[in-house]
Amino acid sequence: MSEDQRDSRSIQSGRPTVIAPGHTFATVTDKISSIVLTRRTPLFWFVPFLIASGLLMVFLGAVGYLFVRGVGIWGIRVPVMWGWAITNFVWWIGIGHAGTLISAILLLLRQSWRNSINRFAEAMTLFAVACAGMFPVLHLGRPWLFYWLFPYPNTMNIQPQFRSPLVWDVFAVSTYATVSAMFWFVGLIPDLATLRDRARNRWAKATYGILAMGWRGAASHWQKYETASLLLAGLATPLVLSVHTVVSFDFTVAIVPGWHSTIFPPYFVAGAIYSGFAMVMVLAIPLRTMYGLQDLITMRHLDNMAKVMLATGEIVAYSYFFEAFIAWYSGKPFEMYAIWNRMTGPYAPTYWLLIFCNLVFPQLLWLKKFRTNTLWLFITSLDVLLGMWLERYVIIVVSLHRDFLPSSWGMYEPTIWDIATFAGTIGLFLFLFFLFIRSLPMISIFEVRTLLPQAEVTEGVEK
Amino acid sequence: MRTPIFGLMAEFENPTALAAAARQVREQGYRKVEAYSPFAIEEVNEALGLHHNRLPLIVLCGGILGGLTGYLMQYYIAVINFPINIGGRPLHSWPSFIIITFELTILFAALATVLGLLGLCGLPMPYHPVFNVPRFALASRDRFFLCIEARDPLFDRHDTAEFLSSLQPREVSEVAH
Repeated sequence: MSEDQRDSRSIQSGRPTVIAPGHTFATVTDKISSIVLTRRTPLFWFVPFLIASGLLMVFLGAVGYLFVRGVGIWGIRVPVMWGWAITNFVWWIGIGHAGTLISAILLLLRQSWRNSINRFAEAMTLFAVACAGMFPVLHLGRPWLFYWLFPYPNTMNIQPQFRSPLVWDVFAVSTYATVSAMFWFVGLIPDLATLRDRARNRWAKATYGILAMGWRGAASHWQKYETASLLLAGLATPLVLSVHTVVSFDFTVAIVPGWHSTIFPPYFVAGAIYSGFAMVMVLAIPLRTMYGLQDLITMRHLDNMAKVMLATGEIVAYSYFFEAFIAWYSGKPFEMYAIWNRMTGPYAPTYWLLIFCNLVFPQLLWLKKFRTNTLWLFITSLDVLLGMWLERYVIIVVSLHRDFLPSSWGMYEPTIWDIATFAGTIGLFLFLFFLFIRSLPMISIFEVRTLLPQAEVTEGVEK
Repeated sequence: MRTPIFGLMAEFENPTALAAAARQVREQGYRKVEAYSPFAIEEVNEALGLHHNRLPLIVLCGGILGGLTGYLMQYYIAVINFPINIGGRPLHSWPSFIIITFELTILFAALATVLGLLGLCGLPMPYHPVFNVPRFALASRDRFFLCIEARDPLFDRHDTAEFLSSLQPREVSEVAH
């Protein structure tokens, strides 16, 4: 079929072209699977992988030292006992949310453009949750006793306190990690079968074969598979919204001024999706250039993601405004002071930098010129990631450092070990991510096939 | 007497041909028919009469079990096993039990979905005869296959092969056991 015919058919079917024209089932399959099945690992994969491995070593060193000396190596001192550890926890888990949003919520909304970005966005979710989950555990003081957080019969005869949001968090985050991993794996099964059938190397064939579990693309299996995808998406949707809501309960159930507010759950969820889409862009923009995937991850994808970022950014802006407004309107001196201290206190520069990063700078995305410039999108995404980290820093450190009694005021400063642990989790994240793009298809092959105009059954079947 | 076979398999080039062939095979009266494709095709499911499956019911049961587990676990621990009086609050303070009940509902339902899917599909399956057809490796790339199994009452090695050939496939091959 010539390209013109194919174009006119996709226009007739009323389906907007999501991926560039000219592809067939065979070409998308070969293009995506060849990234994994190639003999030669490209140099542009090795360089970031080595940097990530170096940072991973930093992480292992920092955590090893933490195990020896305890959490005192961090800058956490009374009254700011949460410091960077919980800031990083909230930041990482928020980043994960975009992956679930893309894979679950956009599936339910039938946004088929998501098909070429959902796989690596879900992988990003998994690795971000892995990084996030470590911080509260490392922050425990005796991290090797983390299993005390779960209810189990024990000789000490004690049990967790189910009225505490911190215990809710244990269940929310561990459920989220489990469900995300299962959703990701189920999505991988048909593509693992493709790799099994296409691999030349015996070991690769055996490994992908075991992982694919004998998937053979039978119609009766596909029908159940589609049901399972929709059900998992329907389960993951309320789950992802609940996870950051529960994280926000860690704050809002406490009586600390600046935390005790009903706006926190929606505000945290919007912020999570905001930073998550920024991370998807930070990963997608270099990847599509490096691997030449511009015809599968098109400008339309980047444009759509920029719009989601803009929308969630406006929700975040609204929340910042109402946080300040409600503090003033409440007439409570401690609430008013908490906001005033954020704006003019010793940490004022971080607050105003946060306002600039999250509210001011991304507004340029209203203009199509900036939404279609990949370099600009990349810079904006990094800016949003910084802004969202600062938001959690401001909420945690600035609220805790001055609460009710001036006698218990204090200042907080991170140590080199705080920085090493945080930089180390970025290393761990990138390390896992680069292993993923080398060993598994980073774009869902079978879902991209359904985006092709040829995938539609055209004539003679409907009766 | 030749060795018995698993069935006969026809290969098609596009989903439209597969859907049309599936419909004709069903109209001919064959029932033990399976289509193989690189992605889900709704029209093929309809042609083969695949409408419902039991997965939603399994997931519902998993969810209910998870919700009950979550709530009863918290009730047992907070009220019976390890009661603590905090500021005179009731031991059975149900509003604070809702979150974990919800999370375990989702967890059990999602586990039921994945295990139910694998169970209903009979996976993992280490061996299946269709893989004996050399060109079947393309079923996960760009080709579409239709297999009439030998256990179908209407199956006849010669007549069925001729009937499949009349559907204009790329080729018809025998599937060894």
